Amino acid sequence: MTIARLKASLLVLPLIVFLGLFFIWPLWMMIATSVQGGTVRLAFPATAVAIAQWNGDGLPSPDVQAALIQDLRAEVVQEVFGDAVRSLNSQQAGFRTLLPRTMTALRNAGADATPKLERIDPRWSQPSFWLALKRGMPAYTDANLLAAVDLKRGDDGTIAHVAPDMAVNRAIMLRTFIIAAQVTLACAAIGLPFAMLAASLGGWKRNFLLLAVLLPLWTSLLVRTAAWMILLQDQGLINQILKALGLIDASLPLIYNRTGVLIAMTHVLLPFMVLPIYASLIAIPRNLMPAAAALGARPWQAFRHVLLPLAMPGLLSGSLLVFMVALGYYITPALTGGAGDQMISSVIAFYATGTANWGMAGALGLFLLVPTTLLYIVYGRLSRTPLGQA
Amino acid sequence: MSAASPNLPGTPGALAFGAVRLAFGALVVAFLLLPLVAILPLAFTDSVFLTYPMSGPSLRWFETLATSDAWKRSIVNSLIIGSGATVLSTVVGTLAALGLRRELVPFSGVLRSIFLLPMVVPAVVLGVGMQILYARMGLASSYLGVIVAHAVLCVPFVLVNVSGSLASIDPALEKAASSLGAPPTAVFRNVTLPLAMPGILTGAVFAFATSLDEVVITLFVAGPNQTTMARQMFASLRENISPAIAAAAFVIIVLTFALLLVVKGASLFRPQRNKQRPQQT
Repeated sequence: MTIARLKASLLVLPLIVFLGLFFIWPLWMMIATSVQGGTVRLAFPATAVAIAQWNGDGLPSPDVQAALIQDLRAEVVQEVFGDAVRSLNSQQAGFRTLLPRTMTALRNAGADATPKLERIDPRWSQPSFWLALKRGMPAYTDANLLAAVDLKRGDDGTIAHVAPDMAVNRAIMLRTFIIAAQVTLACAAIGLPFAMLAASLGGWKRNFLLLAVLLPLWTSLLVRTAAWMILLQDQGLINQILKALGLIDASLPLIYNRTGVLIAMTHVLLPFMVLPIYASLIAIPRNLMPAAAALGARPWQAFRHVLLPLAMPGLLSGSLLVFMVALGYYITPALTGGAGDQMISSVIAFYATGTANWGMAGALGLFLLVPTTLLYIVYGRLSRTPLGQA
Repeated sequence: MSAASPNLPGTPGALAFGAVRLAFGALVVAFLLLPLVAILPLAFTDSVFLTYPMSGPSLRWFETLATSDAWKRSIVNSLIIGSGATVLSTVVGTLAALGLRRELVPFSGVLRSIFLLPMVVPAVVLGVGMQILYARMGLASSYLGVIVAHAVLCVPFVLVNVSGSLASIDPALEKAASSLGAPPTAVFRNVTLPLAMPGILTGAVFAFATSLDEVVITLFVAGPNQTTMARQMFASLRENISPAIAAAAFVIIVLTFALLLVVKGASLFRPQRNKQRPQQT
């Protein structure tokens, strides 16, 4: 038995190592990056170590000054230095001129000279600049996490709201939840009756309805989104049909707005609602509804008190699945939505690929990862069939 | 007799109810299938616009796929990356499914849940992590990097399909083989593996289809040289919608369904046994 266990463990080991390296580790690095001290630390590594010893009273010891001189003399990547200066200047105005001037003076003075920083610029004798430097390079920071929900730390360390014109993340998070909820509702409204219909039929009719659910599921997501772009455009088939029927005169705006996002996402996610509900319905003994009718239940009562409660587990896991997957959608809103319909994923993608601000991308990613993982745990507890099995 | 209509058949109420059910079913089926039906013919349009009515059949957009450097290269890349990701995920996924089969490994249930997580974690989140990791490991903008990233997303589909076919093997068959004197390796090679093969192949097809369709992680980890067909489609959908997209969609649909038909054969029409695959993005 022990040998069997060992063999089984050895078989699982490659996947554990593989996913550990290329799934868990990247997620961990994303989280770590979002709370790391950032660019100031990177630009002034020696100062970061030395200034940690200083308690913040008066002026720091000569060791800190020496470390700063060493850092400013060292070769540093221009972008990193620029980022650090910007970040420090936002804490304490004046760094934008102070640091480049000090750097130039140190380079001109030669490598052997030991100039006094206060001589180069009198601002170095003000404790506020040293304090800003110390605050600017913590080992860990909550700045990104706070910024992800439109908060920041003031100079005195208290948490405050960012300026209203900069506060966009909360609105986008709220929009993400609203769109996911709307898609879930739409899927439930269509999926529940459709699954009931499929379960009530038999033979080829049932198979046909199920095939209609499975064919889109097996079709590329990108192809389906492209198809909706073609159907929903101003000259698209939907508008043409509506015009031909005389229902509208001018084309309805169906794409690059919320309507397009909801239609396309509902289409993509509908199978995940239908299949779990169908699975729980076919588990119901076939004679229950006739029994309810025989006992005098009206159709509505039989539906309300017999069928619906029995379909509930499927409805619940379908809704969880749809909501959970919808939260992270990127491609479909990017292609069928307008600027006001982008979800949190597009903001994350913007920070990561647009500006290489991995700290912000990671912080926002954490706010998407945590709810998704929690919903997955709930889903695992509630659903009798594990994920991936209809 | 339908489950939801205990009215006596033939009464006006039952007839109206039946008509509503029929109309609703037809509408939903149309909603589900219309996009697939609508995009396929446009691959053969003669026009530069993706609209109906079509202006006559032509293969010009397939010619574009075959001759334009960007499309040609992306198709080759998709085949390279798809094959690599399929082999990698099918090997590690099948081994793990065999290991988890009899729940002999400690925390089997927890492990299985973790192995399925790549299906659920938003692609953008994983993309950010992969980008950071690859920048440090020097895997950014490399074929190996994209193959590995795709394989992570493919593993759950392999695991689910292989586990499913392993679970349906009658243990008596393997017992019979060993009681007749077959050594464990012979039992595995001659009984277990052939019986699990449909699941392994289905898993491999889903893995390939997943890689073929993957856009988000590719945007994060691939360089210009690893542009895949899906990424090329995504880019042209954003910039200049041309019927080349419909032709590419046609290729993807035909490729996926041909592979599915080959491995599933007759079981295609037993849909309740098939696996759903939550789609990222």
